[in-house]
Parts: sequence; C-alpha cells; structure tokens
Amino acid sequence: MATIVSYTARPRRLTQALLLAFAVVTGVGAYALVGLGRSDELPSGLMTYGIGAAVLALALQVVVMWRTPYADPVILPLVVLLNLLGIAMIESVHAANENYGLRTSAGADRQMLWAIVGVLLCIGVLLFLRDHRRLRRYTWISAVTGAVLLLLPLVPGIGSSRNGSQIWISIAGNSFQPAELAKIAFAIFFAGYLVSRRDTLALAGPKVLGIHLPRWSDFGPILVAWGFAMAVLVFQTDLGTSLMFFGLFVVMLYVATDRLSWLVIGAIMFLPPAVFAATQMGHVRTRITCWLDPLSSANYSSCEQINQGLFGLANGGITGAGLGEGRPDVVPHAESDFIFASFAEELGMVGAFALLLLYLLLVQRAIRAAVGISDGFGTLLAGGLGFVIALQVFVVVGGVTRVIPLTGLTLPFLAAGGSSLVCNWIIAGILVRLSDAARRPAARQVAGLGAPTAARPAPEVMA
Amino acid sequence: MNKPLRHVWLVVSVLFVLLFTSTTYFQVVAQGRLNAHGQNLRTTYNEYGRHRGPIVVDGEAIATSQASGDTYGYLRSYDPGAMYAPITGYYSVVYGFSGIERALNDTLSGEADALFYHRISDILSGKQGRGASVELTVDSEAQQAAWDALDGRRGSVVALDPETGAVLAMVSAPSYDPNRLASHDTTAVQESWSELNDDPERPLTNRAIGGDLYPPGSAFKLVVASAALESGDYTTDSVIPGPGTFQLPNSSSVMNNFSAGRTDPCGPDDESTLAEALRQSCNTSFAKLGISVGEDQLASTAGEFGFGQRLEIPLSVTPSTLGTDLDDAQLATTSIGQYETRVTPLQMAMVAGAFANDGVVMEPQLVEAVRTGDLSTVAELTPKELGQPLSASNAAQMRQMMVGAVEDGTGTAAAIDGVEVGGKTGTAEWGEDRAPHSWYVGYGQMDEKKIAVAVVVEEGGYGSRTAAPIAQDVMEAVIKP
Repeated sequence: MATIVSYTARPRRLTQALLLAFAVVTGVGAYALVGLGRSDELPSGLMTYGIGAAVLALALQVVVMWRTPYADPVILPLVVLLNLLGIAMIESVHAANENYGLRTSAGADRQMLWAIVGVLLCIGVLLFLRDHRRLRRYTWISAVTGAVLLLLPLVPGIGSSRNGSQIWISIAGNSFQPAELAKIAFAIFFAGYLVSRRDTLALAGPKVLGIHLPRWSDFGPILVAWGFAMAVLVFQTDLGTSLMFFGLFVVMLYVATDRLSWLVIGAIMFLPPAVFAATQMGHVRTRITCWLDPLSSANYSSCEQINQGLFGLANGGITGAGLGEGRPDVVPHAESDFIFASFAEELGMVGAFALLLLYLLLVQRAIRAAVGISDGFGTLLAGGLGFVIALQVFVVVGGVTRVIPLTGLTLPFLAAGGSSLVCNWIIAGILVRLSDAARRPAARQVAGLGAPTAARPAPEVMA
Repeated sequence: MNKPLRHVWLVVSVLFVLLFTSTTYFQVVAQGRLNAHGQNLRTTYNEYGRHRGPIVVDGEAIATSQASGDTYGYLRSYDPGAMYAPITGYYSVVYGFSGIERALNDTLSGEADALFYHRISDILSGKQGRGASVELTVDSEAQQAAWDALDGRRGSVVALDPETGAVLAMVSAPSYDPNRLASHDTTAVQESWSELNDDPERPLTNRAIGGDLYPPGSAFKLVVASAALESGDYTTDSVIPGPGTFQLPNSSSVMNNFSAGRTDPCGPDDESTLAEALRQSCNTSFAKLGISVGEDQLASTAGEFGFGQRLEIPLSVTPSTLGTDLDDAQLATTSIGQYETRVTPLQMAMVAGAFANDGVVMEPQLVEAVRTGDLSTVAELTPKELGQPLSASNAAQMRQMMVGAVEDGTGTAAAIDGVEVGGKTGTAEWGEDRAPHSWYVGYGQMDEKKIAVAVVVEEGGYGSRTAAPIAQDVMEAVIKP
C-alpha cells in the first residue's frame, strides 16, 4: 500500500503565502464589488474585514510553517478563497433582501464570526493534533459520537424540522446541523475500523456473475452502516444525509479492500430505500417531481425554489449579472441551500465553473495526500474526507442543476451556516495535517537515505 | 490502496463532468427558454430594476424614478400626471409601457446603442447604470394653457413650431393619472386598468395622434384652397360659384351653403372670390371648387401636407386619410371635410404650420434632446422637411385669406391684439342627432415667434364659439404679445 512517492521534499511555504495573499485579495475584492454593485459604494466595514481576513490568513500561514511545514500549499488558500467568496455572496443576498424586501436573510457578519471560529479550530487541529495517527485511538469513541450526533435531531425538544427534513437541532435559539460534525466522526471511525478489518473484508467469497462476493459472514459491518443510513432516511427523512453517510462508508470500504464487489453491493443496497423514499415519502416525492419536471404549470408552485434557481442560472448566462447586480433574493434560501444558484447568476457560467474547479482541486489535493501517506489509516481518512467533500458538492450542485433530486445538504465553506462552516474548517485542518504527513521527507522510503524517524512516534502496528 | 483511490478520483471526475454539463445546459443552452418563461419575474425585474432616466419639460422632470425599496427597485412617478399622460404614457409592471416610455424605452433605460460608450464608462467606474434623460419639445405654458382651456371636455389640442416641427403642446382629454398604472400594487393597478379600459370616454387614447380620428369639417377647406392655388388656375381673387344650395351630381342629396339649413348664397349672383368663400366658409363654393380641382390635385396636395404618411414623432401617429376613387358627389362632400376624410389634430396643426413656414411642412417631433446623467448630449432635435404642399407665394395668399377669416369671419374668437393670427374654424358633422365636433386650425406669428395650432372639441358645436378661444389661449401662452 504505502507507495514510494516521487516528492522531493519541498515545503513550498512561499507558494502557499502567495496563494493565500491571492485568495484574500480576491475574496475581499469580491466583497467590495458586492457593495459597489448593490449600493454604489464600498461596504462600510471593508477595511476591518480586509485586515481581519489578512490576519487570519497570516495566522494560518505561521501555524502551518511552524507545525506542518511540509503541508500541501494549495489546500488552505482554496479553503480561504471559498470561505471569503461565500461571505461576499451571503452579503450580496442580504443586501438584495434589504433593497427589495422580498424576504429576509442574515447579514454576512454572522458568517464572518463563524469563519473566525472555524479558522481558530483549524489552527487548534494543527497545534494539538501532532500526528494524525493519534486519531485512530478514538475509533470507537468516534463511532459512538457520530451515532449520537446523527440521531440528536430526533430527540424531542431540541430537534427541529426544515423543508421536511429533521436534520437540525436547536438549543437556546442556536440551530446546528449535527450531521456535519458526525461526518468527521464517522470518517475517523470508518478509517480506523476498516484499516484493521480490511484483510478479512477483502477475502473472496462466492462468485456470482463474474464478481467475487465477500464472505457472507463479512456482511455485518455494511449491514450496520446500511441500517444506520436507513434510520436517517426514515426518521429524519433526508435522502441527502443518508446518501452521504452510506456513500462515504461504501467508498472507504472499497478503498480499503480494493473489492469492486463492495461498491456494487452498496449501490444495490441503497436502491430499495431510495425507491421507497421516492414513492412513499411525501416531500421526497415532491422533490422527485421537481427534479423531473419543475417548470410545467401544474408543478410550478410546489417547485418554486428550484425554478427560481434555474431562472437565476439563466439570468446569469455565460458571464453573469455581476457581483451585487443579480437578483438572488428571489430564490428562497439563496444564501445557504441555493448559494450555487446565486453564484451562477452573479458570476455566470464562468464563475460557476471556477467554483466547481476550486472544489475539484480541493478534492484532488485530498486524494493526492491519501496516495502519499504511508499508513493505511491516513490514506483512508484523507480519501474519505476528500470523497465526502466531492459527494456533498455533487449532491448540492446536482440538486440545484437538476442532475439529481434536491436534498438538504449545503455547499462546504460557501453556504451560510455556522455548523457547516466550522466543521469543514476542522476537516481542512485534518487534511493539512494529512498532507504534511504525506509530503514530509521522513515519509519517504528511498533506499539508502535512511530517513530519520527517531523524533517521530513509531507507526502503530496494523492489525 | 492506490488503485481504488484512482478509481475514486475517476468517479469524482465523472460526477463533476455531470455538474459542468448541467450548469452549461441551464446557463447557455436553455437560457433563452428560461428567460422567456411566463413565471420568470427576473426579466421583469431586470427591466424595471434599472434607474430609468427622467422625462423633462422646460427643465422640470415630469416623469422620474425613485428607489422604491421593494422588489422592483424603482418606482416611476409622474408630476403632473394627467396633463402629460398622452405624451409620457405609463410605465406599469403589470401592463408594460406606452407613449414616450415605450417609444424611447431603450434610451430611458440606458440600453440604447447610442449610449454604449456611456454604459461602458459606467461599468468601468463601477457606477450603477442609469438611463438617459429625455427632454421634450413641449412648452409647459402652452401645454398648461391648452389643458386649462380644454377643461376636461373630450377633445385635443396640438401646437407646433412651424419652422422646426417641434411639438409645443399636445393635449388629449379626458386623460388619466399614469401614477395609478405605474404603482407596484398590482391589484390596484389591475383595477385602474380595467376601469380606464371600460371608460366609454376612452381616457387611454391619445386623441391628438390616434384613436378613431376625426372628420375635419370646414377646417379641411384650407387643404382644398391650397390645392386650388397650387393647380395654378386660382388666386385669392378668383371668382368662384357659391349658390345657396348645391344638388350633388348623380345624387339625390342637396348640400346647403351653411349649416343649420341656411341656404343664403356666398355672394351676389351666387358667386364670390375664393378669399370671401373661405372667410364665410361657404360649403357650396368649396364643393364645386373641389370637383373642378379634381381628386388627383387634392390627393397630391394633401399627401404633401402629410396625409397618408406614417409618422413616428417618436410616438406612432395614425395616418390621416382622404377617401379614394371618389365620384363627384363624394368629392364634393370630401372637400368640405366630410365623407371619408379623417384626420388627427396633429395633421391639421401641420397644415396650419405649412402656411406659416412658406409652404414647407416640417416633420413634427417631440424630443428636444437626449442627455446622459452627466449632462452630455447624446442626440438633439434636427428639423426635417416633410413636404412642400404649396409655394411660398401661395402660402402667403393662404395666410392672407386666413387672417381675413379671423379678422372678420368665423374665427374672430381666436384673434390676439398685435399678433398676426390666421385660422379656419370647422364644425364637423359625424353622426345622426349628435352635436358636431368643433374645430379650429390656424397659426399666429409676431416678429420671429410662430405657432401653429389645431383644436378639436368633441361635440363642441360651432368651432367659432368653442374651439377658437382655446386656440387663442394656447397661442397667447407662446407668443405673449
């Protein structure tokens, strides 16, 4: 598994500094343009905002230089840029709502505060998680934590329902989407669990239609994961969250075992519940209708959101209406669930492509780190986190652009919402730590060089 | 674990290709269809969300846009509303727009090609695009005088500057308050809309340039007289027959020389000079004159005056018409402005203007200038000749005869001390048992100031009593003796 990687040990910290500077200038510039577009003047707090963003970026740069000097130089600039662009768009939607009074949405201030919290947590991860392998100790704690978090919205009194999905909790007026945090916990759990069970799970069982099925006795874990996903689907009625967790598990299982059969089995297992949801659950059925034919007059009013989103996309065209000059306020939840439509409207197809490429690059860096890491746990964790970001982007953007039915997930780093932003910053921290492990010269196993390993904790023995 | 990771990367790539494809589809391929979708309010918002330029009269904005703080962004408001409504039109989020708002929509919204560089500089300087302002040729005092003089009676007043074609006044009554249609309260707008459309007095029609048009009655004798002079066979002093009654050729109808059944002849021995016939407005004289001048000469002179021409001033003007293939009886009634003769008040003002401008008809225009927000001028009025129905000397003869009609004839109520005023009244029959429409068509000039006026008051009775005083008020407002 651990491959000899052709990295020469270049920290590329200067590259990261330049990219971070670029991200801050672009992101703060976007914020300024939103102000110019909406009200013909620069936003009042632009100076403070710019300095704040620069200080946070500098802090990240310093911490990375200190704690993870070999980290991938692209990950943090990507994340910073996405976060700042998200803040600019949230402000654009907010200002449009103020101008036109169609609905209301929170200003960008909240998101800025959450961004600070997110960056601090990311720095915390880099400072206190000195070696990602320590996470493996928490395999089963993570499992319990994840399960509790995921089921928390079902607890009467604190769970709350939005758009037909019971995936939020609300404590003292603050709402939180625990699935975001559960995502991290489960990624750690899956990585820890699978890395110790991978050899057994990879054993060949009966051969059906040319595919080696696993042994029947090894079906336990996937059945548990499936059962859990079903519980989410049935009780929280959210196909997106359910798909995300089950997809994460199946893909990590596949990466761990290299058995294509697990992918096939996973896909087949998810089909019946998807069909069940589509036919039996009212709001999922509506979403299926809105996926297939939202614009017909019969469906128009029940598919208002997706239609307004599509009109926004069309209004944007190739080059977009301009930052602060579109009408994203017409779309319900334009600052959260439909923030992609808002971007597509104001920045056009060009901007939408740029955003997708930013995500693709982020996923690519995560998988690159997964390939570079010398321990199975790290590989699985990096691959899993990278894939879950990709899956989330696909589910959200695919929902807005009618590739798949709409679900209740949000775009990582962009969408308004503290829980999502903070948790994704934690993921960013873990990815930076993982990429550092992947690129650190000590990880290289080049014959004759005898990399110094004494200073580092001995790799744990794999089960 | 590298091979499965590569596969995962492959799967991710495929998923993203799907996203790129779907995004492209909705933003490029299906863009037109989505933008045209009936429920898509963004098209409306894009249209109405622009800071539209004002419409200006004599330096005062009569139509302006203010930030409205609601979903449409800007509210169009009109002050004064009704007096200018036939010109400005309305700008409604429900029913679209009319008048100048429609004819110069691109200019007002800032989308016109002529504003391209202005737009680019707005984009580069980060300013929000703003439409150009449109300045009208209208003289606010003339407009106000016409509006007050008409005093809500059904009818219309048009005043022109004969030398440039600039429209100095354009009133159509009854009018409406365009603010009621520009409101963003769509229910109220819908109510106003159906109320205005159901109103039998048709307030939404601009009677000055459209609607059903009017028979000009005796005012049309100006055109017949011009055609006679242009034929070369007549002068003001030519003696023409004018009997008390005229049995129309090949017809059982008899034409009386005057309205209300008066059958006194136009002069001794049933004849008079052309000038005298115009002064008294003798019907039989002009019926016979029309027949002898002939349809061809009449049609060609009328065509030079602008009859039959589709004008954009930039409001669309319904062409005025004569009948065609007329027999002598029809030609006789046509010549006194009845039968199929239908005119707009604007057309009649153009007729009067030609006499005051040495026989040349200028193309009527409503827009004085188009200026951008920083007051640089994009376009200005350039006078254009539309036609020359009669020579300068014939125009002088016409003026002489028209002055006669005002000094000692049917048009005395239009006279202004110290001003050369020439004109012709009309009393147009248009329906059984209905009072006739009242007309006055004429010009006034003093020193360098000139004005041509046409007034029509629906069912106003005698033009000499109803229409002529209105013309007097309007001319006084411009010439100010």
